[in-house]
Amino acid sequence: MRVAIASGKGGTGKTTVSVNLADLLARHRPVVLADLDVEEPNSGLFVQAETVHEEAVHRMVPSWVADQCTFCGVCQEVCQFNALIETGSEVMVFRELCHSCYACSELCPVEALPMTPMKIGDLSHRRSGSLDLVQGCLDIGQEQAVPLIAHTLDYLGARFSKDTLILCDAPPGTACSMIEAVKDADFVLLVTEPTPFGLHDLKLAVETVRGLGRPCAVVINRHGLGNADVEAYCRQEGIPVAARLPHSREAAQCYARGQLIHPHVPEVAAQLEAVAGFIQRIEQEGAA
Amino acid sequence: MKEIVVISGKGGTGKTSISASFSLLGGEDVITADCDVDAADLHLLLAPDFDHAEDFYSGLLARIDPSRCDECGICAQVCRFDAVHVVDGHHHIRELDCEGCGYCARVCPQRAVQLQERKVGQWYRSRLRTGGTMVHARLDIGAENSGKLVAKVKQEAREAAREQGREWILVDGAPGIGCPVMSSLSGADAVVFVTEPTVSGFHDLRRVYDLVRRFDMATACIVNKADLNPEMTRSVHAFLQEAGIRHLADLPYDEAFTEAMVEGCTVVEKEGTPLARALEESWTRLRTLLGTERTGDHP
Repeated sequence: MRVAIASGKGGTGKTTVSVNLADLLARHRPVVLADLDVEEPNSGLFVQAETVHEEAVHRMVPSWVADQCTFCGVCQEVCQFNALIETGSEVMVFRELCHSCYACSELCPVEALPMTPMKIGDLSHRRSGSLDLVQGCLDIGQEQAVPLIAHTLDYLGARFSKDTLILCDAPPGTACSMIEAVKDADFVLLVTEPTPFGLHDLKLAVETVRGLGRPCAVVINRHGLGNADVEAYCRQEGIPVAARLPHSREAAQCYARGQLIHPHVPEVAAQLEAVAGFIQRIEQEGAA
Repeated sequence: MKEIVVISGKGGTGKTSISASFSLLGGEDVITADCDVDAADLHLLLAPDFDHAEDFYSGLLARIDPSRCDECGICAQVCRFDAVHVVDGHHHIRELDCEGCGYCARVCPQRAVQLQERKVGQWYRSRLRTGGTMVHARLDIGAENSGKLVAKVKQEAREAAREQGREWILVDGAPGIGCPVMSSLSGADAVVFVTEPTVSGFHDLRRVYDLVRRFDMATACIVNKADLNPEMTRSVHAFLQEAGIRHLADLPYDEAFTEAMVEGCTVVEKEGTPLARALEESWTRLRTLLGTERTGDHP
C-alpha cells in the first residue's frame, strides 16, 4: 500500500511525520520511506542507513547531428516548448526547456535529432533494519522535478511488492510535482498546522486530493497553536483527523538537531502511534 | 527601480510573514509581488482588494473529438506521458497527464486531436491598506508550475512600479530550487534568505544558495527561530560569512508570528515589540545595502 504524506503549505511537518512514522512502524514490520520532495529532500537527514543502491537519473533530450541536418525546420515547428531554434546554419537545443516528448526527434525526416540522456538528479536507496529509504535528489539548475519523481516511483514499483507499506514524503503545494507524487497513492495523509496559512493551503490540498479521487485524512501538527478553524473545517467536510501532534518547543528542538522526536517527547510519540494505528487499520480494510 | 526577492528553500521558515512585514514597512513606496503562486498566502496578511483579475493561459491541452476519431491508437503510441486512455473502446486524453506537446495532434490521420490554450491560473492587481500596490496570482490545482505565471506576476509588478514611479519591488519568492524559484530570481537586485537553524533549514539554505550564486545579485539573510538551536545558528553565521551573505538579523522563536497571522496582520503592526524593531532594522539595512552596493542590471 502506498501512502502519500502531503501538505499544501511547506514547513507544516510533513517530513517530521514521515520520518518518525516510518521509524515507529519499522520497529514491528518492513516499511519503505520514499522522499519525493526532490527539490529539497530532507528525510535522509534523519535516518542513518547503509547504501543499497545508487544511480544517476537521466531524462532524454534531443542532440543535434550537424552532418545529417537539412535545415527543413520541422523540429522547430513541432516543438511547443521553444526548446529548438533553427537558425539556418545551426539547430540550437535548449535542453532545460525540453519536455522529452520525442516529437522533434521522431518527426525529423533525416534522423538528425537523436534522443540522448541528460542527467537530472540522483536516486539513492538505503536500508536500516526493516526500514528502506529511497530518495530522489534534483540537481541544482534543473527546473523540472516531475521526471525525477516519476522515475523514483518506477523504481519503487519495480523493487517492492504491492503489499509493501510505502510512505511517500510528497512535495509541498498543489502543482504538477505534488500531483505526480499523490495521483496513484492508495491513501493521502495531509499534514497541516492550525493557523490561517495552514488552513488556507489545506483546503487547496483537500480539493486536489478529492479531484484525484484519493481518500485522505488530516494530521494536525503544532496542535494548541493558532486557532480551532482547521478542526472546524475537517468536521464540516467530514475529513477524519488521524492525530493531533501537540505544539512543543522540545519537539521543534529535536527536529532542529536532526533527531527523531518520538524517542524524546512522549506526548508527540503517543500521537504518532495513533497515526501508525490509523494507517494499519486502513491497510487491513484495504486487504479485506 | 530595485527588486528584492525573499526566498527560503525550505517551507515554514517565516518567509511570507517577513515579506508581509517588509511590505508594510515599505508602505506605498513598495510594489509587492507574491511569486509563491502555488501556495500563495501573503494575501492572508496583507488583505489585498483583488481589484483587477485576469485569467492566465500557458501551454496547450490536447482533446480528442470523438466524432472524428476512428480509434486507430496512433496518438497513444506516440504519447510519452501516458495521457491517452481507452475507456469503453474510445480514446480520450487524461488532462492531468497531458504535457501539451502536440505530438498526437500532429500525427493523427483523422485530425481528431485539437489543441486548446490551457488556463493555468489567475493573476490580480490589488490595493493594500498601506496605499501600495500588490500583484499576486493563484495557480490552478494540478497546473504545471513552469515559472511562467511567476514571470507574469513580476512583469506586472515592474509595469506598476514604472507607471507609479515606485522605487522598490518586493517579491515573496517560491520555495524549492526548480523553475518557479528561478523565475522569482530572474532580474532581481537582491535576495533575502529566510532560514532557520534546523538540519533541514540549513541544508535547504545551502542548496538554494548554490542556485542564487549563478545570478548576479546582492545577498542577505535573516535567521528566524535562532534560539531554537544556538549551536546551529553559529554554523549558519559562519556559512553566511564565508559565502559573503550579509547577515541582517537573528529573530527569536516567537509565537507572535502565529498570533499576528490569526489576526490577519503582520508582526510589525504590533509596534514596539522586539520582533517589530528587529524587522524595522532589517528593512532599513536592506535598503542601505542596496543603495550602496553594485547590483545586477535590469533587462
